[in-house]
Amino acid sequence: MEIIFALAIGVLSGSGVWLLLRPRTFQVIMGLSLLAYAINLFIFAMGRLAIDRAPILDPGDVPDPTLYADPVPQALVLTAIVISFATTALLLVVILASRGLTGTDHVDGREGEA
Amino acid sequence: MNPLLMHLPVMPVAIPLFAGAIMLFVQDSRRTRAFIAVGAVLAQLLVGALLLYMTTDAVLDIWPKGIGVYSIGKWPAPFGIVLVVDRLAALMLVLTATVASAALLYSLARWDRVGVHYHPLFQLLLMGLNGAFLTGDLFNLFVFVEVLLAASYGLLLHGSGAPRVKAGLHYIVVNLVASLLFLIGVAIIYGVAGTLNMADLAPRAAQLAVSDRGLFDVGATILGIAFLVKAAVWPLNFWLPMTYSAAGAPVAAIFSLLTKVGVYAIIRVGSLLNESGVHGPFGSDWLFYGGIATIAFGIIGMLAAHHLPRVVAYSVIVSSGTLLAAAGLDLNALGAAALFYLCVSVLASGAFFMLTGMTERARTHFADSADTAPLPAETYGAFGSGDSDDPMDTEDEVGIAIPAAMAFLGLAFVCCALLVAGLPPLSGFVSKFALLSAAVGVAPTAQSAVHSWVFVVAMLGTGLAAIISLTRMGMRLFWSVMGRTTPRLRVIEAAPVAFLILGCVIMTVVAEPIMGFMVAAAEGLSAPQTYIDAVLSADTNAALAAEAAR
Repeated sequence: MEIIFALAIGVLSGSGVWLLLRPRTFQVIMGLSLLAYAINLFIFAMGRLAIDRAPILDPGDVPDPTLYADPVPQALVLTAIVISFATTALLLVVILASRGLTGTDHVDGREGEA
Repeated sequence: MNPLLMHLPVMPVAIPLFAGAIMLFVQDSRRTRAFIAVGAVLAQLLVGALLLYMTTDAVLDIWPKGIGVYSIGKWPAPFGIVLVVDRLAALMLVLTATVASAALLYSLARWDRVGVHYHPLFQLLLMGLNGAFLTGDLFNLFVFVEVLLAASYGLLLHGSGAPRVKAGLHYIVVNLVASLLFLIGVAIIYGVAGTLNMADLAPRAAQLAVSDRGLFDVGATILGIAFLVKAAVWPLNFWLPMTYSAAGAPVAAIFSLLTKVGVYAIIRVGSLLNESGVHGPFGSDWLFYGGIATIAFGIIGMLAAHHLPRVVAYSVIVSSGTLLAAAGLDLNALGAAALFYLCVSVLASGAFFMLTGMTERARTHFADSADTAPLPAETYGAFGSGDSDDPMDTEDEVGIAIPAAMAFLGLAFVCCALLVAGLPPLSGFVSKFALLSAAVGVAPTAQSAVHSWVFVVAMLGTGLAAIISLTRMGMRLFWSVMGRTTPRLRVIEAAPVAFLILGCVIMTVVAEPIMGFMVAAAEGLSAPQTYIDAVLSADTNAALAAEAAR
């Protein structure tokens, strides 16, 4: 599971970085989204990967940390998802405005050479 | 303890949040909105001043050792989120509120009308700034930084126009990537150390197993890079000049604080992690070299720029670089002087940006002609043409035009130039002199001696570059154009600039007690154990009290 998880993060962030460095605004925003997904998965993994374990302590039980998943990264990842979602939406608006004002979807607002 | 005093530390976050939210409901009345906005900013100034007073030794019975800890929801220390008020945080709060009140007053003249939701965004920006200065939790710091960035995106685009949207696009993308780096750093640190509370982190980092140490250093380094992007260190600062010169004058004035958030985070986290010997960009040689490179970049930019807002933007870069180099050189020795310099440079660049808005009247009209500044040559042309057909709008201006407008502008320009260049008699000189004398006095090992002299040369270089560049700008602005129309000013625009400059004058006159406070604040940074004990013990005490009450 760790290998697959790590590969997924690697592929997502690799594609994300590549797209981020492209000159078209649509590619940039796709790259940012992919990077955000990769990082959300990464934050999630920082609580150690576990299957079939609840993050909430059972009040009746004697607390044994090995039986539970770490709830903090899950809370962090929720916040991170919301924030990256909101900022990406905002960026989309700016990109549309830029497209309308400059007439091109180049990130510099004008076509580069070649 | 008085319940009002007890909840004082959360006020700098709560006031702008509620003020911003309420303003969304009173959209039709501009007067009410302006009233709420001014009231909220003044309340923040008052709360900041009170907190500042409480962190001094004057009232030791409230907060022992001058550090106030506010645990949100009474959750004890490493589990809940804490707000921590120490001298440095209180100082930053007061500085924020001061610049904010000036910028807000200035924007009431016309800026708040060129787009929607100026005031709510402004308040949310203040909430993010105050929260970032107060929080004692790394992830919470991320959230507050995101709040202030999201508001700053909106404010940057306020007034619209192609140049702003173009600059805004770059600014948003760069900051989003930096935020992602921030998240990676935070996640790694949590994965290794198991805590995000900054006070809890410091002792835990020191106890890490050797095998975990490398990963922790990687996390801290990535986090540091995210901070350095915000602090505009070279080579991560190419977004700054275009963004700041494209932003509206009052927005740029408050933006001059944003880079200082990065510097603040580096100093704060660096001081806490320093004891545990973490590598990476915190308090190491890298910070010094980065700072010197940033200063060099800023100097070159200042000399090359043909447009006053760009010169001021480069001076913001220079001040960032100076602070980082000072922190990298020896934070213990240079801390007090660096904090003094930080205050002066923020006040000066805030005043300068607003002054810029008045000297280049054409810019405030979101006209695409003079606004854009892609190439120096083009700018120069646009600059002249923008002045000749001064398109002053007089439709609904009710203020009085100040008679000696040009005299005021010239005087304010000279004051700002003196502050930025660090020449006597204003406080720019005091701060630079303090930095230089502290740098020369750093313990003379061979390496630190070389570093000190490099720092001294860089500092003197910034002064020289600022004089050359600003003299040129001043001659062009005030002497070269014959028969130009005198820009009409309103008191409400001139007063904030005068207010900020007056603040700098006051810092010159009463430099000694202020410097004494800075020394105390810097001592808190060089002895982080006080901070750590205050945060961790306050919460265990609260928890014990809660336990006893049950």
